[in-house]
Amino acid sequence: MTDILRVNGLSKSYGNQIGCADVCFDVYPGEVLGIVGESGSGKTTLLRCLAGHLEADGGSVEFVLRDGVRRDTLTMDEAERRQLGRTDWAFVHQNPRDGLRMAISAGGNIGERLMAIGDRHYGNIRATATSWLERVEIDPARIDDRPSTFSGGMQQRLQIARNLVTAPRLVFMDEPTGGLDVSVQARLLDLLRGLVAELGIAVIIVTHDLAVVRMLADRMMVMRRGKVVESGLADQVLDDPSHEYTQLLVSSALQV
Amino acid sequence: MLSVSNLEKSFHLHQQNNAHIPVLSGAQFDVAAGECVALTGPSGCGKSSLMRMIYGNYRADSGSIRISGTDVVTATPREVMALRRGTIGYVSQFLRVLPRVPTLRVVAEPYILAGGNEAEAEEIARELLLRLRIPETLWQLSPLTFSGGEQQRVNIVRGFVHPYPVLLLDEPTASLDSANRDSVLDLIVEAKQRGAAVIGIFHDALVRDAVADREIDVSLFGGN
Repeated sequence: MTDILRVNGLSKSYGNQIGCADVCFDVYPGEVLGIVGESGSGKTTLLRCLAGHLEADGGSVEFVLRDGVRRDTLTMDEAERRQLGRTDWAFVHQNPRDGLRMAISAGGNIGERLMAIGDRHYGNIRATATSWLERVEIDPARIDDRPSTFSGGMQQRLQIARNLVTAPRLVFMDEPTGGLDVSVQARLLDLLRGLVAELGIAVIIVTHDLAVVRMLADRMMVMRRGKVVESGLADQVLDDPSHEYTQLLVSSALQV
Repeated sequence: MLSVSNLEKSFHLHQQNNAHIPVLSGAQFDVAAGECVALTGPSGCGKSSLMRMIYGNYRADSGSIRISGTDVVTATPREVMALRRGTIGYVSQFLRVLPRVPTLRVVAEPYILAGGNEAEAEEIARELLLRLRIPETLWQLSPLTFSGGEQQRVNIVRGFVHPYPVLLLDEPTASLDSANRDSVLDLIVEAKQRGAAVIGIFHDALVRDAVADREIDVSLFGGN
């Protein structure tokens, strides 16, 4: 097995403010990488640079395409990168409203991604949408309802269905359990873990919640002031943190 | 099967007056296949820390821990993950699992992660749950709702569901009644018979005498 994503020297600054600096890591298929740090540590900047939502200042983000060709996505043209965003990549936003189309039905939200990759058969699309609603534990009877009528937890699960329906190979997640009740969080984590194992997708998940990292991530990176200060096996970094800042983070958390 | 050499470990607590706490120094021992070694010594002497280092959960400062060709001390996270999937089983003192996941799935999971098929995993899991007297009515519930003793037995089943060549057992019988304790002892003996190298912390002398071939006094590796 080899990497699906290899990041080297990725940097981004806002004027003289560092967003992220010299970030290097790789991810294999089926692996979950957690990125933690406080607000302003640069974790969301990093995620947005990786996903192409923000233009990086330097470095490389090499992604291995389905045909095995390795490409630096930072130097791809916009059309190619958009195509990647519709097929191999997915991005789950913290606020489901940023990742869903609130004015179209739940089924339409899932179907839209399928149509974007060329699916045209209404019956198939609807059947796939129904099965994905079931997988994310939303009553298929709600298929024609707009997400605006859903609870926050349902919206987040719908966003995940919309993102995973096209079988992406790499999923970026920005605080996916952020605004959810604890009971819903556990359910969502179980769902995500199951899907990652079943589909073998690689996931990069940004969160400030160390419990989420413990339950979901194989490996983790700790960011502070734009730099990665510690990285390793998730449980090792959490149980035996060596960097001063990681020790502060772990000792400040309510039981992880 | 397992070889620990010159192992050193200390904690450096930046947030607590930069305290430097030595844990182990010069730890050295081997464990053969089919052998059970008991780690002994007073509380706080580093038994659990040593076990966690073997599992790759704590870092070592120097030295080596060799398990089937891999040195855990210098291994990459992915190499440690691979060892944990197929080679090292670890029964910790506390059950840590996702809420909401049914017991049967929780205990079958390590077998599937090790590459086994789901039907087989479930069959072995059922058999072990029965042996450790977890009533079938509980199997579809999350073990997080169980009593302490039941949680410990669920943890034990997770550690024995796949035939790991190396088993780390941290107080596996601490909160069990005598019938369940005897069942766990049987499991340990069976694991030794199939050739597993077992390292255990057993405060109960009766348990220790029943399964351990040898004792290693961890306080002799005191960090000071």
